[in-house]
Amino acid sequence: MKELNELNLPENIKYTKDHEWIDLSKDLVTIGINDYAQDQLGEIVFVELPEVGDTFSQGDEFGSVESVKAVSEIYIPISGEITQINEALEDAPELVNESCYDKGWLIKIKPSDPSQTKDLLDKAAYLKMLKG
Amino acid sequence: MRYLPHTKEDIESMLQITGHKTLENLFDSIPQNLKTNTGINIPDSLSEWDLNSHMIELASKNIPNKNYKYFIGAGSYDHYIPSIIPYLISRSEFMTAYTPYQPEIGQGTLQGIYEFQTMVAQLLGMDIATASHYDGGTALAEAALISLRTHKTANTVAVSNLVHPSHRQIIQTYLRPTQFKMVQIPSTKDGKTDLKALKSMDDLAGICVQSPNFFGNIEDFKQVRQICTDKNALMIASFTEALSYGLLKNPGGFGADIVAGEGQSLGISKSFGGPGLGLLTGTQKQMRNLPGRLVGKTKDINGKRGYVLTLATREQHIRREKATSNICSNNGLCAMTAGIYLATTGKIGIRKIAQLNHDKAIYLQNSLKEVGFIPAFNTPFFNEFVMKVPKGFKTKRNALAKKQSIFAGIDLEPFYPELKNHYLFCATETISKEDIDHLAKEVTS
Repeated sequence: MKELNELNLPENIKYTKDHEWIDLSKDLVTIGINDYAQDQLGEIVFVELPEVGDTFSQGDEFGSVESVKAVSEIYIPISGEITQINEALEDAPELVNESCYDKGWLIKIKPSDPSQTKDLLDKAAYLKMLKG
Repeated sequence: MRYLPHTKEDIESMLQITGHKTLENLFDSIPQNLKTNTGINIPDSLSEWDLNSHMIELASKNIPNKNYKYFIGAGSYDHYIPSIIPYLISRSEFMTAYTPYQPEIGQGTLQGIYEFQTMVAQLLGMDIATASHYDGGTALAEAALISLRTHKTANTVAVSNLVHPSHRQIIQTYLRPTQFKMVQIPSTKDGKTDLKALKSMDDLAGICVQSPNFFGNIEDFKQVRQICTDKNALMIASFTEALSYGLLKNPGGFGADIVAGEGQSLGISKSFGGPGLGLLTGTQKQMRNLPGRLVGKTKDINGKRGYVLTLATREQHIRREKATSNICSNNGLCAMTAGIYLATTGKIGIRKIAQLNHDKAIYLQNSLKEVGFIPAFNTPFFNEFVMKVPKGFKTKRNALAKKQSIFAGIDLEPFYPELKNHYLFCATETISKEDIDHLAKEVTS
């Protein structure tokens, strides 16, 4: 498993205490699990995603990631409606391990309450949380 | 698997390591008021001679199964058990109180269960079968729970009142402490589920219909499928007579989402009503929602074929409160039995046996008709059917059971009070033409 200083945590995206990442740079917001989460889980064998059109409130469980040793629920960082899901993961869940910020994204949403972004962590704050 | 008891020396050396004086001291952390001080009330040990005569005395109270003639089924059926079955399942590798799940020592068992799963899935026309559950009722209750767990909003499961009464009771028991509820679908005058009644029912996560139903009648699964699609509910098909699918189009062929039922007919003796064999199958889509054990095929480090438990992340030791079930055991030996039965009969054999059952049931119904019994329904059945019986039948039936060990039908009134003087009859391949002719003569004499 990776040491904290080996983690790939890009600066231009935000993080949650549950180890999701969220890219707010475009109108449609992209969400996935971060390098720490995929590394801790190990080899991912199945990703359960919601359906397009489902709506969730901040902190709701929207799916789960199953690795060879555990199943982890994934929580939505901000409220919104699902506009796209990463269908490639159905046949290739390992993309989450190989490319968690790019090909291994999970969902795209249309946010319903932009003010919630203030609850998200930047890289420094997230790393501080990991160090405890 | 061997059972190796600890010797006094073993215990002594272990106590030395743990630092306890006696075995009792190990339990010191349990509060006094929770311990029993009276011990267990069982008699002293017997000598081998005394034990043998005691057991012979007890065994003499049994009457061998072969001396009975069964014209009853209702969830437990009298079928021939091929002699290969008792031989194979008595082997020490299979007959163990513990199912050897560890792949390094249990390849034979795991392969057997994998083959069982494959044949059950084929018989019912489904993608995946679990490694089995305790009995048909618990398998069906688990099926109801799958529908309730996976449906986003609905909290109700609709169950036909022609599903086996005990199975309905088990579903009720499972749901009692939850926010979910079970509603019953009434039946029609033809002895089938009144599917029209579903129109006014809402909030449905699953719709459960048994076929052949408790009256033996064959249900209209095609229409059930349509209604389930319209209502956005899972179609749960159930059965108590697995052999019927040797002949009937299987529930998977009608697009069932889950099929759950009793597998006792597949080579398992009736044994006073249990243990049975819970069969639970689903479509690929339900794979991660299925409860219980699943055996999968894989390759070892040298590329050789091997079998292991798979998808264990659904189970309680990993998923805790989000597990798909808290019963992750299976009926290993009964599953093995059913697997051997299905492999022995094969595709053609099971069809032949099923056809025999149906033919004998038709002959039985015709014979009873000739002596004044009236069919309650004019609906196709497999090997069970309901008859309105002539006056005085109850007395004759009881005398036949007592004097000739012939069991002629089950009184339906305790289960369906409106069906006074209606009995559920069954004929399987173990009943001969002479048996049926004899019965018809006896009930009129």
